[in-house]
Amino acid sequence: MKLERRAAMATLLAGRGDDLLVVPGLGSTTWDAMAAGDDDRTFHLWGAMGGAAMIGLGLALAQPKRRVAVITGDGEMLMGLGSLATIGIQRPPNLAIIVFDNGVYGETGMQPSHTQGGVDLIGVAKGCGIESCFEVHDQEGLTDLARRLKALRQTMFARVLISADEPPRVLPLRDGVALKERFRAALGIRA
Amino acid sequence: MSAQAANWPDRLFETLKRGGIRQVGYVPDAGHARLIERCRADDEIRDVALTTEEEGVALAAGAWLGGERAALLMQSSGLGNCINMMSLARTCRFPLLMFITMRGEWEEFNPWQVPMGSIVDPVLKLCEAEVYRVQKPDEVASTAERAVQQVFGGERIAAVILSQQLIGKKVWTK
Repeated sequence: MKLERRAAMATLLAGRGDDLLVVPGLGSTTWDAMAAGDDDRTFHLWGAMGGAAMIGLGLALAQPKRRVAVITGDGEMLMGLGSLATIGIQRPPNLAIIVFDNGVYGETGMQPSHTQGGVDLIGVAKGCGIESCFEVHDQEGLTDLARRLKALRQTMFARVLISADEPPRVLPLRDGVALKERFRAALGIRA
Repeated sequence: MSAQAANWPDRLFETLKRGGIRQVGYVPDAGHARLIERCRADDEIRDVALTTEEEGVALAAGAWLGGERAALLMQSSGLGNCINMMSLARTCRFPLLMFITMRGEWEEFNPWQVPMGSIVDPVLKLCEAEVYRVQKPDEVASTAERAVQQVFGGERIAAVILSQQLIGKKVWTK
């Protein structure tokens, strides 16, 4: 069974709380995060493919009292696979990496990704030393993941199986400087 | 090189400390060995070993989003790994402070280091980075201080290039 991406994102971010910082990967997961309701504490990505998890790491280390959720796609994660090794060494307790895996590159014409070919992202994350790993393929698992995200206490990795559909795009602000400044302002960081 | 001159990595470390750097990303590199050692031993600095340098560009952006200052240490070959990720710093004006040890420019034994080493300066300039080249040990700390001010004062990209003459040539026989 596979989950619908928009509903999955909405479940994960429902009642997110001021202490949850979100970094969606470029493309579909950014549209999903926007569709779930914009928030100054979401740093939407329009580029930097392969960098979402590392942005999350830098942020989690800088903000140990807040939770950081990187919610990205399989293609974006595959481009930064080495970052799982880097995160596996650092293991900040407040960082969750959640991959929406539909096995395709949705933004570019639904070409198959490596996960469709059998690459096991959970196996990679575990092999990199991330102990808390979850495979999510139904509503019950998703609800459980949302609960674990709220009570995040150790580096977590999750793969959420979603169907390969393409809901209408919901586009956030494109101005990177504005996205950065609103994020820092929401955290009370002075320029 | 005198003992005073040879300790430029220690003075560079002190400059980073004074500059409030809290995260240091690096791919292990002989030219940065002493600086990496100092960062690893320091309680206030989080040293983050990377699998590839572009991870460090994203790390630094995340750090700044969270209100911390980061620095990225790499060898000249690593700059090529960063180019697309530098779009993040350029588009969003994230501060990006890089220290690049040079290979392929002076008494280089390994010709495979030359292609990337020879294009470091133009690549950085195309990426809108301020470029500060250091040849002498006693210029390292003051140049680094200037770069720190540029980067975090104005949310800019800057690279301090530590020349191969400064680092010394790699010894191939043991």
